[in-house]
Parts: sequence; structure tokens; C-alpha cells
Amino acid sequence: MSSQPETPQLEISDEVVIQIRNMHKWYGSFHVLKNVNLEVNRGERIVICGPSGSGKSTLIRCINRLEEHQQGDIIVENVELTNDLKNIDAIRREVGMCFQHFNLFPHLTVMENCALAPIWVKQVPRKEAEATAMKYLERVKIPEQADKYPGQLSGGQQQRVAIARSLCMNPKIMLFDEPTSALDPEMIKEVLDVMIELAQEGMTMLCVTHEMGFAKTVANRVIFMDGGEIIEENDPHEFFDNPQHERTQLFLSQILAH
Amino acid sequence: MSAEKSYVAGEYPDLPPPVTEVGIIGWIRHNLFSSTTNIVITVLTIYFLYLIIPPMLNWIVLDAVFTADSRDDCRAIASAAGHEMGACWAFIGKRFELFVYGFYPVEERWRVDLSFIMMLAALVPVLFDNVPYRKKALWFSLAAPFIIGWLLLGGMGLAPVPTDKFGGFMLTLVIGVTGIVGSLPIGIALALGRQSHMPALRMVCVAFIEFIRGVPLITLLFVASTMLNYFLPPGTTFDLLLRVLIMVTLFSSAYIAEVIRGGLQALPKGQIEAADSMGLKYWQSMRLIILPQALKISIPGIVNTFIGLYKDTTLVIIIGLLDPLGMGRASLADTKWQGLSTEVYVFVAIFFFVSCFAMARYSLYLEKKLHTGH
Repeated sequence: MSSQPETPQLEISDEVVIQIRNMHKWYGSFHVLKNVNLEVNRGERIVICGPSGSGKSTLIRCINRLEEHQQGDIIVENVELTNDLKNIDAIRREVGMCFQHFNLFPHLTVMENCALAPIWVKQVPRKEAEATAMKYLERVKIPEQADKYPGQLSGGQQQRVAIARSLCMNPKIMLFDEPTSALDPEMIKEVLDVMIELAQEGMTMLCVTHEMGFAKTVANRVIFMDGGEIIEENDPHEFFDNPQHERTQLFLSQILAH
Repeated sequence: MSAEKSYVAGEYPDLPPPVTEVGIIGWIRHNLFSSTTNIVITVLTIYFLYLIIPPMLNWIVLDAVFTADSRDDCRAIASAAGHEMGACWAFIGKRFELFVYGFYPVEERWRVDLSFIMMLAALVPVLFDNVPYRKKALWFSLAAPFIIGWLLLGGMGLAPVPTDKFGGFMLTLVIGVTGIVGSLPIGIALALGRQSHMPALRMVCVAFIEFIRGVPLITLLFVASTMLNYFLPPGTTFDLLLRVLIMVTLFSSAYIAEVIRGGLQALPKGQIEAADSMGLKYWQSMRLIILPQALKISIPGIVNTFIGLYKDTTLVIIIGLLDPLGMGRASLADTKWQGLSTEVYVFVAIFFFVSCFAMARYSLYLEKKLHTGH
């Protein structure tokens, strides 16, 4: 990945699209997220890393309410996440998500997977939704697989379909929850390439990933979490070359050593 | 590799495989006589079939009597032909209409025939999705139960037929098909209700399912036939058949609910998360994502429950409804035909086997059609 050309400085606007203030979350009595504060501007590409169980996945899953937070505020695209279903729906329409295990719908074809949400959530006519789906399938370079079922595709292809499916909703923010962790090594690159392209087009992205090459190439900010807290955040060069915190140093030495 | 090659690719013509390896001989060698144990099992099986099949054939076909006026008549015809008396199918032939229509008035039986044809026609577009004009045909399927109800019960221009005249296979079909058609949606609703986040709804569903599953169907049928009268205000008449239909439907819906709950739990949590993250509403995710997959997983269990329900319709005999078994019993009371119970039960068994086997085959077809993974 280090051979990748460095991304030219991308525009980051001053507009804040995600604001998390003093957010806490518990699973029963277990305190998963402790006083998380995070501001994301439009166009930012943020990589969140940390040891397993550090709460990084939980954090991004709170942003589209797959997990509920118990304290503090989360404001996404000027809508506050509360128990109000209307707000949750409004936020989910603006925020796309890709999962570690793709979570494609196995009983629908690739095309149906992509066109489903636009048709049912945004009431886009079927023809138009399918045209959009085709456009994004071309962008992730698998238009020829449109009529196949997810079970007939490789892991890398499935994850690219999942990205296309999210993009069909025309989201303003994309969340990636360990998108390459379940993939065989030779398939990681094809997925990362799609993500890099997306970043270069100016998509606001939050990625939980251990792909440090990806972080160096596209991220403008790296966040390190441990024990449910944000320990350190910095721009990638500083983060990798000059980690401030002891725990960050330990983590980096562990993942970069092998 | 040495310089002298014993075999050079392409220099010899390909020989056909030896006869002992392919075709019928090959199949028999591989499957029936491949080892000592297999040879022993094969020989024993052939001997067993030899013991069973000829007498069965004799009884069912070769020595059977197809037209006669009484059991003695049957015996006389058989001995005149010089063999022992096999099945006396003449009995079934004479009572055939009773087995099919029960006591439905003779001049109105065309309504039962028409209903049967309509039922088949209504089932085709529901069961198969490659029929032409399926969308329009489905509207017919939706209307068919009401038209059939009208045809069978009468009224509005047709002579009314009280439900106590229903009987035989027609009664089996009425109870079985109503139970199957009614219990699937109720079962789905109960299964979803049992998984609901609303405690009151969940408790009602759990209580219903556990109560129904904890009580034998016969008890429920007794409740339907006798006890309900005590609970209802005096003077209300509540058709017995209708009560049975409701009880049978509720009974199997509890089982269906549990089968479907199994299917729902087999789905990975990621499916609902993906649907949620794209902004689909609860009912949309259920209808488009969750239920199609959960029902597909549950097909074997659902069909199993349906087959059980269909055969359990014979239990209505104990509250006085005359299904085919009841008809058989009533017919056997006729002194002219006494002692022919084997014929009756074999005949009824064949009817049930054909219906249930068809359901089983359909479920296999459906599983194959819905299979999308690799």
C-alpha cells in the first residue's frame, strides 16, 4: 500500500457534519464508551483503530443508531439522535454503512440488493433505481455480476457490492466497520482501491480498520481508541511517526511488527 | 522419465469403459453387490420383497372383486373364478359418493365439484410463480375462498346446505385447506409478536402459543363442540363446523409460529442491521428481508406441520363430524358389507398418502427453487 501515490490535499470544509459530545454507552454494567468527544467536518477521512474490544465499532455503530448511547449528544447532519424514530430515519438516509461480514441479502440478486432501499425508502421508480444501481456497480467494477446472487460471489466482490448498495442511497457520510477483516489477503486490495477512490471523490468517511497503509494513504486524521476512550488523535504522519501516548506506541509496535 | 515410454498420450485410441463399470450392470455392481455385506443385504431384501409383494398384488388387484352387491356376493364371485377372495372393492365403489360428498344433497353435488376445481385453480398461481397472467390470477385466488364458501353453504340464490351435511373427503379438504391457509398468516404474526420489543404483545403471544401447544387437539375440539355453549350467551347458535375450523386453525398456527421463530433466529443479526442502516422501516425489513429468508429456512417445518394438521382432521370423528374415517365406520355398520374394514382403511390411507405426498414434493420443489447460495 505504501507504493500508492499519496492523495493530493483534499478539500475539507468547515461545516461540522457529525458532532459527538460527552457520549457514554453501557452494555448492562459494562462501560463500553467513556466520555467520547468527536467532531467530523465534511470531507474528512477518519480512520479509527485500536485493540479489539476498545469500542471503535460500537462508536461508529452509535452514529447511525445500530447501538443506542445512554448519555451525551450525537448530532449528525444537524439532526440530533434521540429516541424519535423520525430523526433516526432521517440520519440513516444520510449515512451509509459497510459491515465486516458484508450483510448482503442472500435471497436477492446483486441488482435487487442495490435497488431495494432507494425503491422502498426513497420511493425512487424501479427503472431509475436500477439505472443508479448499475452506475455504482460499474464504479465498483462488477456490473457483470448484477444478476447473480451474493452467494455466488467472492468475499471481495461481495464487499464491493455492499459499498455500491450503500452508495445507491446517495449518502453524505459513509461508515466502514472493519470492511476488510473478513477477507482473504488477495481480496483486500480490490476493496481498499474502491474505498480510496471514494475518498478521493470527497466522501466523508469514518473507517474502523487495521489497514495502516490505507490510513496513511487517505486518512486526514487517525483516532486511536482503547478501553472505550479516545486516547490519541492526530494526522497520519504524526500518528505513525511520533505517537504520543504509551498505549498508542504499544499498539503500533504490535501491529506493525508482524 | 525413461526413454522407453510405456504409454504415449494420443497414440492409442480411447477404449470404451468396460461393460462392468457403466450402465445397468455397472450400477448393480456398484450399488448392490459391492461387498459381502451388500450382497447379503441385497439377497435378504429380494427375499423379503418376494414374501410381501405377490400376496399384496393378489389382494389388491388379481383376486379383488370390483363389482358386487354385497360381501357374500363378492365371495361367490371370487370362488366362481376359482380363487380366494381378495379385496372387495365393490364396497368402496358402492359407497364412493358417500366417501366423497358425505350427506351433501345429491342434486347439489355439482357445487362441491365446482368448488374443488376452483380450489385447484386458485392454488396454481399461489404455488407456482411461472404461470402466465399470475398477477391477475392471484386476485382470483384471493376471491376464491369466498366464492367457494358461498357455493358450499348456499344462500343468495343457491339452496342453503347446513354444515352437518358436510362429510367425507370434502370435509377433510374444507378443514385441512382452511386450517393451512388460515394458520400461516396467524403463525407469522405470532412468531413476530413473540420477538417483539413490546412486553405486553410478547406476553400475549407467548401465553397463546404455550397454552395451545400444551393442550391436545382433541381437548380443544371437545371445548369447541360442547363447552363453548356454556360460555356463549344462551340462544346463540354458532355453527359446529365453524368452531372446529377456528380451533384447528389456532392449533396449527401455534406450531407454525414456533417453526417460523426457529427460522427467524437462524438469520444472522447482520441482516436486520443492514436493513436498518439503509433506513428500511420495521415492516419493510420484515416483509422484504427477514420473512422471505426465515420462511425459506422454515419450509420443511411448516410443511411438516401442515401435513400433521391435514391428517389430524380425522380427529373430528370424535365430536360427531363424519370425515372419511367416520363415513367408513358408518358404512361398515351395514350388515350387507360387514367385515370389510381393511378395504375402507386402505382406501382412506391412499387418499391421505396422495395428498400428503403432494405437499412433501411441493416443499422440496420450493426449497430447490429458492436456493440461491453456492
